[in-house]
Order: sequence, then C-alpha cells, then structure tokens
Amino acid sequence: MVDLKHGAAIVGIHEHVTRYAPDKSELQIQGESVIKALADAGLSKKDVDGLFTASSSIRNSGMNLADYLNMYPKYVDNTTVGGGSFEFHLSHALTAIAAGRINVAVITYSSLARSGGVSVGTGGVGRYGHPRLDPSPDSFEELYGLTTVGLYAMIAQRHMHLYDTTSEQLAEVAVAMRRHASMNPEALFRDPVTVEDIVNSRVISSPLHLPDCCVITDGGGAVVVASPEVARNCRHTPVWVLGVGEAIAHQGAGKRDLMYIAAKQSHEPAFAMAGVTQKDIDMAMIYDSFTITVVETLEDLGFCEKGEGGQFVSGGRLQVDSERTDKFPINTDGGGLSSNHPGMRGIFLLLEATRQLRHQFEGTPRQVDNCQIALCHGTGGSLGARHSGGTAILGRD
Amino acid sequence: MTTRQEWNKPLPTVVGETRPYWESCRRGELLIQRCEKCGEYQFYPRGICANCWSDDSIRWVQASGKGTVWTYTVTYQNRTPGFAEDVPYVLAVVELEEGVKMFTNIVDCNPREVTIGMPVEVTFVRATDQITVPYFKPSSQ
Repeated sequence: MVDLKHGAAIVGIHEHVTRYAPDKSELQIQGESVIKALADAGLSKKDVDGLFTASSSIRNSGMNLADYLNMYPKYVDNTTVGGGSFEFHLSHALTAIAAGRINVAVITYSSLARSGGVSVGTGGVGRYGHPRLDPSPDSFEELYGLTTVGLYAMIAQRHMHLYDTTSEQLAEVAVAMRRHASMNPEALFRDPVTVEDIVNSRVISSPLHLPDCCVITDGGGAVVVASPEVARNCRHTPVWVLGVGEAIAHQGAGKRDLMYIAAKQSHEPAFAMAGVTQKDIDMAMIYDSFTITVVETLEDLGFCEKGEGGQFVSGGRLQVDSERTDKFPINTDGGGLSSNHPGMRGIFLLLEATRQLRHQFEGTPRQVDNCQIALCHGTGGSLGARHSGGTAILGRD
Repeated sequence: MTTRQEWNKPLPTVVGETRPYWESCRRGELLIQRCEKCGEYQFYPRGICANCWSDDSIRWVQASGKGTVWTYTVTYQNRTPGFAEDVPYVLAVVELEEGVKMFTNIVDCNPREVTIGMPVEVTFVRATDQITVPYFKPSSQ
C-alpha cells in the first residue's frame, strides 16, 4: 500500500461555541465554521478544492452545502455513518490529498438537535421522522421499541454480566468528563458530579442512568486538511495524520458477538499505518455517546484487555489533572457527556485533539503534558445493532 | 395468540423476501432461513445467503421457538407513541436454539425478573389482520 503517513495535516479548526442557536440555520453554522477554520489556517475560499460533510437533517448535504457556500469543489464526500462520520472524512481526505486529486479539504458539520427538540437517545422510531419502516432491518427491530440508549444499555448489561463491570465504574467516565468540562468555558454542564450522584440518579434504560448519557445541544464546527506542501506554510504547526482506519460492525446475519465493536477492526490499520502502539498515545478522544461506549472502545482499541475497561477507567485515571503516573487523559473538552453533543459528535474529537497537539492550553490544567501523539475514535450508530468506527492517529512534528 | 386492540406501534413493511416470515407469524409459527449450500442459519431473513453469497440456496425452516436471553434492558423512557405508554418494558436480544440472535421484547413477566441466560419461548400477538408480531416469554418448562 502507498505510505499515507504524513500524507496530510490538519491545519485549521473551528468549533462553533453555540450550544443553543434557534435562530440559525444548520448551513449558516457550517458556513461560519468553515470561514473561521480557514482563517485559523491562514487559507481562503479559493484554496479549498475538497468538501466533506455529514448530516442527519440536511438533504443532499454535499450538494446543498456547496450551493450555500457558492463553491465548486473538485471532490465531494457526504459519507454519513453517524457520529464517526468525520473520522471517515479525515481518512478519505487523506487518501484524496495523497493521490494528488486535491490540496485542501474542509470537513464540516452542524446540527440543531437541541433547539429542534430532537430526542436523540430516547426518541425511538420517531427519531427517523417517518412512519414507514424499511423492509429490513427496521421491520425486524423497530416493532420492539428500540431506542438509541437502549441499544447501548443492552451492551452495558451484558458487559456487567460477563465481566462484573459496575454502575460505579461506568459513572467514573461521566465524572471525568465533568471534571474536564469544568475547565472548558464553553461546556454545557460544568458543575462537579460524583459517582454517588450518578448511581443514585434516574435510570433511563437499565443499567444506564441519565448522566451515563450524552447531553443534547446545537453546535457545529469545521476542520481544514491540507497537503504537506500547503501545511508547512499555514499559521499553526501542522497536526499530521499518522494513521487511519474505518470499519462497520453489525449483527452478522444474527451471528456476530456485538460485545466486540467496530474499534476492534478499525484500530489495527490505523496503528499499522502510523507505526506506533497504544503505549505511544499521549491522549485520546473517545466518542462518549454513553459511558459504556468509552469502556468498550478503550478495550477494543487495545488500551486494556477485553472486560477490563471498567477497572481501567476507575480511580480518576481518565482525568487530565490526575496525580496518577499511569493516567490516560481522554476527552479533555468535557466530551459528549458534559460539553456538547449535537447528534454526530465525531468532528469535535478532531478539534480537541488538534488543540492538544498545538499545545493550545499550555500552562493550564487542561493541557496534556508534552502531547505528541493523540488518537481519535468516532463511533456512529448503535453498539447493540450496527455502528461505524473511525480511528485516526494524529501527531505533531 | 393474543390480539391487541388499536395497534399503535410501528408495523413492518413486508416485501417478497420477507413475506414467508410474516405469513408464518400469522399462523403462529416462527420461520428462519438456512442456506442449502453452506448450511448456515441467518436472521433477519433476506433473499441471499449473507454467509456464502449464494443467491439461489436460501430455504425457510421452522425454528424451535426456544432460546435464551442474550442481553436485555428495561426501558423507562421512549417518547414514541405505542411505547411511551408501555414503559417499563423489556427490550432484548434473544439467541435462538439454532444460533441466530433477534431483537424482541420479553413479555408476560415482571420486567425486573428478566436475566441474561434466561430460557424463553416465542409467543405471538396479532397486531392487524395482516400482521402478527413474535415476542418471547419465560419458558414454560
């Protein structure tokens, strides 16, 4: 295979700070984000030749976004595989840039889930907004009252059954995210919570409590990805794409053990491409739709053995300001559990990993010490039915 | 088989490749598929063998209707009409004796008594004149 390591770099980022924007359109949030991310890179509209976007609400998202931005991209990709879509986009942009088809790609996303009153986790079949079920797989599933949280809760239930994982261990993930959110002025929820608060709170779908579930917000952002030649002349130190991998996990015609998630498949090519191992990762952005998502993902990315995820996340180990020598900071922006989650959160993983690799928080508790290599893993869809997994390993010079 | 008045849950969309499944449910039988070439069972039903990618070897076979709870969740919140009034209900994945897993609800029991590994058997509820839905309940044996 062609060596893609260092084949492209993230050179510009912007996170739209809104958590509630009832008077904006989704395309406006994307437009504002693209403009500011290009300014961050020191690039302009004429430099962009690739457009990458995903949406669960904008029809024909690639076409309509090009129209709104009044641009004529040479390369368009609106791969939509749920929350992990943007790790897939980064992977595809890397390939398109390394092949010489484009020089500068923008990846962008927005959603108005909160102001639109979308019940992302508990909306049931209503979340699709149409009454007619597809012949398959919907017609064999939605009759039974599936919810997004339920499909993750079933994996949590079996994790507890097989490995004695506890609600307290899952709660540790939410506590760490809230700790990080307290360091992020833009985060939706910033007040500290304890394990005890969480295990005593309302159960949404057993065994998951309300704080085991991500928040629902509006929001959006953009990432600019460029060829090495362009990247070296941008405003910030390039954040290189070192390795990528993508995968889909599904029911395997009724035979797959879905306790193993897509991360199991996607991380191996990413680590192989990057030429690094788990020990080399300084921090990770792990999609945290639910606390169980983090536990399962850490296991299947190979940061611990299967079944040891509950133990791994305990004792404050995920917290960036932990005193532990073996700490492993994740989601230093507060994650989906406390900062923001407009529905497909994968783009925010790339944004925070880039900030960390730029050492943007130097001198504050949010900065990961000597951050050289970060891993992002986006999960989209539902762990218990079918989902995507996109792994991206990023590094600085 | 029980009949529910005024069905307000979603109904399946039936097409050629899935029609025998829904027709058998209406008769109170659970049919699954097996490939004549590779011998693998599969669920949900489809017009091809998802294992060996043969397009002319899928056969319908009667399942025993018995299985075990592979995992489950007691759902306390679902805003969809038809389910909103059913909470708490048990959403589950059941592994059939034939080795394939399917989504279902565990019915006819206290939701808090469901456990992983619990033996269950199929039971049917008539939704409309055309559609009958298979569920699972604790095994009678």
